Amino acid sequence: MTLDLSAEEQAMREGDLGPAIALAMRVICRTGDAMRAERLLAITGAHIDSCLFHGQAGLDFAARLASDGARVKVPTTLNVASLDLVHPELFRGPSDTGAKARELMSHYETMGCQPTWTCAPYQLDNRPSRGEHVAWAESNAIVFANSVLGARTHRYGDFIDICAAITGRAPAAGLHLDENRMGQVVFDLGDLPQSVIQHGLLAPVLGHFVGGRVGALVPVIHNAPNFTEDQMKSFGSAAASSGSVGIFHVVGVTPEADTLHAALGGQAPQTTITVTLDDLRRAWGELSTTSSEKLGAVSLGTPHYSIREFDRLLELLGSRQVDPRVHFYVNTGRGVAAELALRGWLGRLEKAGVQLVTDTCTYITPVMSPFDGAAMTDSPKWAYYAPGNLGVEVVFGSTEACVESAVAGRVVGDTGPW
Amino acid sequence: MSGRAEGPVVVLSDPLSFWGGFDAESGEITDQRHPQCGIKLTGAVLLMPAGRGSSSASSVLAEAIRLGTAPAAVVMREDDEIVALGSIVADELYGMVMPVVVVDDAEYGRIAAANRVRLGRESLAVLS
Repeated sequence: MTLDLSAEEQAMREGDLGPAIALAMRVICRTGDAMRAERLLAITGAHIDSCLFHGQAGLDFAARLASDGARVKVPTTLNVASLDLVHPELFRGPSDTGAKARELMSHYETMGCQPTWTCAPYQLDNRPSRGEHVAWAESNAIVFANSVLGARTHRYGDFIDICAAITGRAPAAGLHLDENRMGQVVFDLGDLPQSVIQHGLLAPVLGHFVGGRVGALVPVIHNAPNFTEDQMKSFGSAAASSGSVGIFHVVGVTPEADTLHAALGGQAPQTTITVTLDDLRRAWGELSTTSSEKLGAVSLGTPHYSIREFDRLLELLGSRQVDPRVHFYVNTGRGVAAELALRGWLGRLEKAGVQLVTDTCTYITPVMSPFDGAAMTDSPKWAYYAPGNLGVEVVFGSTEACVESAVAGRVVGDTGPW
Repeated sequence: MSGRAEGPVVVLSDPLSFWGGFDAESGEITDQRHPQCGIKLTGAVLLMPAGRGSSSASSVLAEAIRLGTAPAAVVMREDDEIVALGSIVADELYGMVMPVVVVDDAEYGRIAAANRVRLGRESLAVLS
């Protein structure tokens, strides 16, 4: 099968619009072939993950595009990078790596991308509407765009994200198409007690469980509570870490799932899984690597914390302060940080002993001070990746437990329906 | 991504994300949750049923190809554009080819049972 290109698309590929567009179009077409696409489609926006430094190859690619004069054709936001430009003193990596990471970021700014530096572009003002085709990279952003916003993006990754932004095109395949967005596996929460359904840990723990069970199939959550956007952020990021979930449906909550019938596209599900309390207990246990009480750090905000989550954090902290032996970090976007400043919340966070990290995240780049003991988090994604990336022991818990532990200076576990 | 490659067969029992699960400097699996954590993939004809997780995996794979620590080829059961992209970009930037092929169950099983295979542009030979 070969791609059917329009005259304009052919001209782009042949180099009539310059070498940068030609390179970008070749990458789009070759990837389209790998996805068995028959044509390309126009996109209205892009979110770029390639700005995070992973080595010379990524830098060489951006440098080639930028020096050949590439400019993005659609509004394009940037994912987290390896450096916090607002708090540059936090970077503890080798200076050579830092310099290359900064150079990479500059290339993407040169190409006209907006320096948003956030993994939660859905918290920005202009977010895509239902049915809009975009090219988003970053697994948690992808699953949020498809599931919660009803926009359409395939699971894009590094390189193709910027190529789509430069050409304004993406392969008409994968999650852009109706037939690949319909639910395949039903997770029925109907047997769970109300105390669990209403519990704040349900969304992250269920996300971890669902991702591990479905792989790349499309899950449908049935008999779920009316999840908030922040809860669906947590659920989706977990499911996209333990599995390859690019879209999920919550019956009665997400836009393509008014009914179970609609979520399944009128088809019978491949499987229906009745979720039990034991399933959730096991999934919850998997997210911690230690039961030690010794606490060295707390990290929240993976994906980036929203204004509502900061509101809740400040409420939980009250007038208390973090124990001086514990490093307390919250990752967020610089847009949300600016709003924190406007609301006068930055001072309150600082006084409580909270270190803000913007533009990046504590699990992808060395910004955390060395510490003894476990790191605690309310993020299933951080709990999933930090042990491998940072070599730390992790305790996963609710935001309440993270705050109580930070104040107490030792791990205070969750109590509740688990 | 077609191309020529030859190497010992390594069969992954579970899907692997090259980002967060593989070190481009050493060519080894580093995902502590992966049952084959610690094994070296450099030069192998790597059989993985499907990819998993992160959208940064293409960058890590392209970097491994550049450094010469990548597998010689990747054989999959399902289309996976994240893996394909790492290979496509290494070819565009450096002219270094790491074939990625998608095969059916029967062919996957035949390769998985072999010790060493050779990939041609349109063929696949079991050497031992």
